[in-house]
Amino acid sequence: MFLINCPFCGEREQSEFKAGGEAHIERPKQPTELSDDEWAEFLFMRKNIKGVQFERWNHAHGCRKWFNIARDTSNDQIKAVYKMGEKPPVK
Amino acid sequence: MSKNLRFKSSKLLDETYRISFKFNNKIYYGYKGDTLASALLANDVHLVGRSFKYHRPRGIMTAGSEEPNAIIQLHDNTSRTEPNVRATEIEIYEGLVASSQNCWPSVNFDIGGINNILSPVLPAGFYYKTFMWPKNFWEKYEYFIRKSAGLGKSPKEADPDIYEHKYIHCDVLIIGAGISGVIAAKMAAKNGLKTLLVDEKSFLGGSTTYDNSEFSKINNQIASSWLEKEVNEISKLENLEIKTRTSVAAFHGYNFLLARENLTDHLPINQRKNKIRHRLLKIRAKKVISATGAIERPLIFDNNDRPGILLSSAIKKYIDLYGVACGENIILFTNNDTAYETAISMTQRGIKVNAIIDNREQVDSKLSYEVEKNNIRIFKGYTVVDTYGYKRINGLSIMKLSKDGQKVIGEKIKLSCDSLGVSGGWTPSVHLFTQSGGKLKFREEDQVFIPSKYPSDQLCIGSCNGDFTIEEITANTILSIKKFLNIKNTNYKTLEIMTGINKSKRNIWLLPSDKILGKTKSFVDYQNDATAKDIKLALREGFRSIEHVKRYTTTGMGTDQGKLGNMHALGIISETAGTKMGEHGTTTFRPPYTPLTFGTIVGRNVGKFFDIIRRTPIHDWHVINNAKFENVGQWKRAWYYPKENENMHQAVQRESKAARDCAGILDASTLGKIDIQGTDASEFLNRVYTNAWSKLAIGKCRYGLMLNEDGMVYDDGVTTRLDENHYIMTTTTGGAANVLGKLEDYLQTEWPELDVYLSSVTDHYATISVCGPHSKKIVSKVIPNLDFSDEKFPHMSFKNAKIGEIKCRVMRISFTGEQSYEINIQSNYGKSVWEKCMEAGKNFDITPYGTETMHLLRAEKGFIIVGQDTDATMTPIDLQMDWIVSKKKYDFIGKRSLYRSDTIKEDRKQLVGLLTENPEEVLEEGAQIVTDIKKSPIEMLGHVTSSYYSPNLNKSIALGVVKGGKKMLGQKLIIPMENKNINVTVADPVFLDKEGKRLNAKL
Repeated sequence: MFLINCPFCGEREQSEFKAGGEAHIERPKQPTELSDDEWAEFLFMRKNIKGVQFERWNHAHGCRKWFNIARDTSNDQIKAVYKMGEKPPVK
Repeated sequence: MSKNLRFKSSKLLDETYRISFKFNNKIYYGYKGDTLASALLANDVHLVGRSFKYHRPRGIMTAGSEEPNAIIQLHDNTSRTEPNVRATEIEIYEGLVASSQNCWPSVNFDIGGINNILSPVLPAGFYYKTFMWPKNFWEKYEYFIRKSAGLGKSPKEADPDIYEHKYIHCDVLIIGAGISGVIAAKMAAKNGLKTLLVDEKSFLGGSTTYDNSEFSKINNQIASSWLEKEVNEISKLENLEIKTRTSVAAFHGYNFLLARENLTDHLPINQRKNKIRHRLLKIRAKKVISATGAIERPLIFDNNDRPGILLSSAIKKYIDLYGVACGENIILFTNNDTAYETAISMTQRGIKVNAIIDNREQVDSKLSYEVEKNNIRIFKGYTVVDTYGYKRINGLSIMKLSKDGQKVIGEKIKLSCDSLGVSGGWTPSVHLFTQSGGKLKFREEDQVFIPSKYPSDQLCIGSCNGDFTIEEITANTILSIKKFLNIKNTNYKTLEIMTGINKSKRNIWLLPSDKILGKTKSFVDYQNDATAKDIKLALREGFRSIEHVKRYTTTGMGTDQGKLGNMHALGIISETAGTKMGEHGTTTFRPPYTPLTFGTIVGRNVGKFFDIIRRTPIHDWHVINNAKFENVGQWKRAWYYPKENENMHQAVQRESKAARDCAGILDASTLGKIDIQGTDASEFLNRVYTNAWSKLAIGKCRYGLMLNEDGMVYDDGVTTRLDENHYIMTTTTGGAANVLGKLEDYLQTEWPELDVYLSSVTDHYATISVCGPHSKKIVSKVIPNLDFSDEKFPHMSFKNAKIGEIKCRVMRISFTGEQSYEINIQSNYGKSVWEKCMEAGKNFDITPYGTETMHLLRAEKGFIIVGQDTDATMTPIDLQMDWIVSKKKYDFIGKRSLYRSDTIKEDRKQLVGLLTENPEEVLEEGAQIVTDIKKSPIEMLGHVTSSYYSPNLNKSIALGVVKGGKKMLGQKLIIPMENKNINVTVADPVFLDKEGKRLNAKL
């Protein structure tokens, strides 16, 4: 059970949060212009790496805000927590 | 018992407090402080159970939580009965009743013992290999295999005890209160850190508590006396909380640990009433110190499992801690100095040590000199090759080991004994460390895995870190804790240690025998009856990974999780495969370390606290009026209202007819309601619904369908424009929370530029839906000052109104196809307005109806229920709802997916109506739909999603999804059932009033 430092509320237990998958996948502005393959890339393709992964999380049982975290999937260490729209502070 | 196996000089026992207990229907006596195991041993009872596969007689083998054999059934035939309780851990109390498991008719005469004789034909993987042929016979075999498998019996009634959960936050958690844990606790607490010390035993001090020999001294005091003072000192420390009888079950990431505190299991039954039995501690520690100790290894030789064979350290513990001798003529068998400590304890008490068999050629330490001084025979360089005695060991034979330790040579010598203590050295208890993600390294010189890489802020000290002598333990513990806790004052001056132990060891994983391997039974996992032979067979058959060997042979898969034998399994694998230890990995230790009761896991969340229950403001009225309820998510919804002797079908038929013939009333308060405000609210709805919203006039309502980005239907409901920038959206009852979450997600992450605010108002309003040809007259009576004329208040529009002084919103919308009005009013007025409607409707036969009737009425109209007629694979096109998908809108959630190569396929499953050939026949929801029943395998075209008998149409109607169904109108299909085939015709899903005349029907 992680401890997640919500950028709006502070450190809380994982059970208050909901994971929302890989971060920094922007919804295409003009979906109709995309080929099936391009749309499928946005819709289905997600990374599953060993190492630092950027993820969306939602403080579902708290402030309801979405934010991003950088988590090392090999040991679950959270390297950084940052707000939506911000660039990841770590590589 | 005639034998005198009890010494009256134990610190732990209260000899003035005699306790009687029952084991296998016989009454025995013990003292307060005894475990069931120590009390049985004092009564000369070694045979306590039968092994899992071969039903071999098994005895108590250890004195701790690692026990593989002595697992018993506690409290026979009561609601408290508990299987697989370790006799070595349960403290006896007045009234204890226990019995052996896995034996029938009794532990002394067990019919399953025939498996022992059959064992040559029961190798590893026997069940996998044998019972696969012929294929369809498995069902027959399974019955018998399941019947003979399994250990204890689970209780048949609800657990009457109380359990609870508790959160604990601390600076330092110390697991294990042995000598290193006690030192750590003192250092942490004295330096101002909030410290929690837990131990699974009832006392502090671990094995040093009974280390009474002249050969281990600290500061010139006998080790146990030195430690006693330390324990007394820490009991008074302010920053230190101590919890005994508390076993850490799981060590998760971020230093989150679960522990079970056992509060009443040691008390006499009559003192347990209304007390909490177990408490699950959820511990968040800034730093964790594991001082979990080590477990002695057995030795692997032929017939090493007979009752009377114990770990040598267990024999010592029974003598020194419980004052119990495990026999009167004991032999010790060892590959290291540990057994000599046991021998010294025994001679101090005058118990006969017949001999010591030592694998080592060279034995020289202060301990061994002391033993030789007492004229105890030591067979150096020897090994045990066999043991004798069925229900209790009565002798053994030994032979000399060859130089390389691979063979036995010379003459066989027979020795008699009534108990055998074995010692294969020590294995650090790294279970919790590895659970937390820690990595191990292998130490060649004494063949142990020790902690290497810490995944979080934690430290292992003492023998779980591979320090086995008091000298190493004290010196390393103090130094490493000083560094780990970053403290200046250790509170310990240099300790002067005197120890008699020499660390030399001759490690042979599988001891050689004069028999061929196939003829031996050298047990590696006692509980699951996995032998060295089985492991070698698995390797011959091509298994390499330790995880595969484990599953194939079941080594380490019992309730003890192989705490004794896992190391030997690894050793035998690496020796046989010619690889280095650890190369094939170690098996993963999974939580819990020792089994937890279900009660501990669920705590207080049982019965009515199992889940949240949501009730509508009108709930009490439904109860009084005999409603049956249905669970919809967490909601209790009125399902139907049976009158007198009506069954569900009769009630629903009556309600459904009334709603169309005169008037019906439904509590729709559970529908999700989301208040949407902001200057971009219209644009927002345009993006989240498939249809267009910008032109919806104020005061109008519109049905909307919401998709996922993959084009599949996600939710539906009616949204009303209350004002220029103000809407109220309704969602399905079950989907409310998820829809709000999804909308927030898009607002916060994709479209933060939109000026839109969402709030859930589901609980704020009660929703009363009045439908039927008389509905208008009824609502006009309830709200007399509102103009309900069709011109002023047409279908799909909304009005603000007042009932007396109370504001309400009235929507004219319909889920039944009838003229229908929904009154939304502040929740606390819900019930009184409902009652007003009932009163107003009296002369019009107003009939309350529940969810079942609602489902029937909407099915007559072919309206879908998201989640019943759809799963996450239906697009609006599949549902024949093309009309609601805007062609003009540039984009909305899921639009692009509606013309992916997959979603435009014509043979997708599509929603159709189904009419049975026999109009009285009602289909089963979920039934498969096919065309050709002769083809094998039969091709499944789809399934029935909704099915009812319609009292308004006087026939059976159904909805279903069928591959390419849209083009099948009028086609005949077959629903194959268990005992018949039902013929159906594909129909339009709208069965009633296709023109929608009833929405404005006048009576």
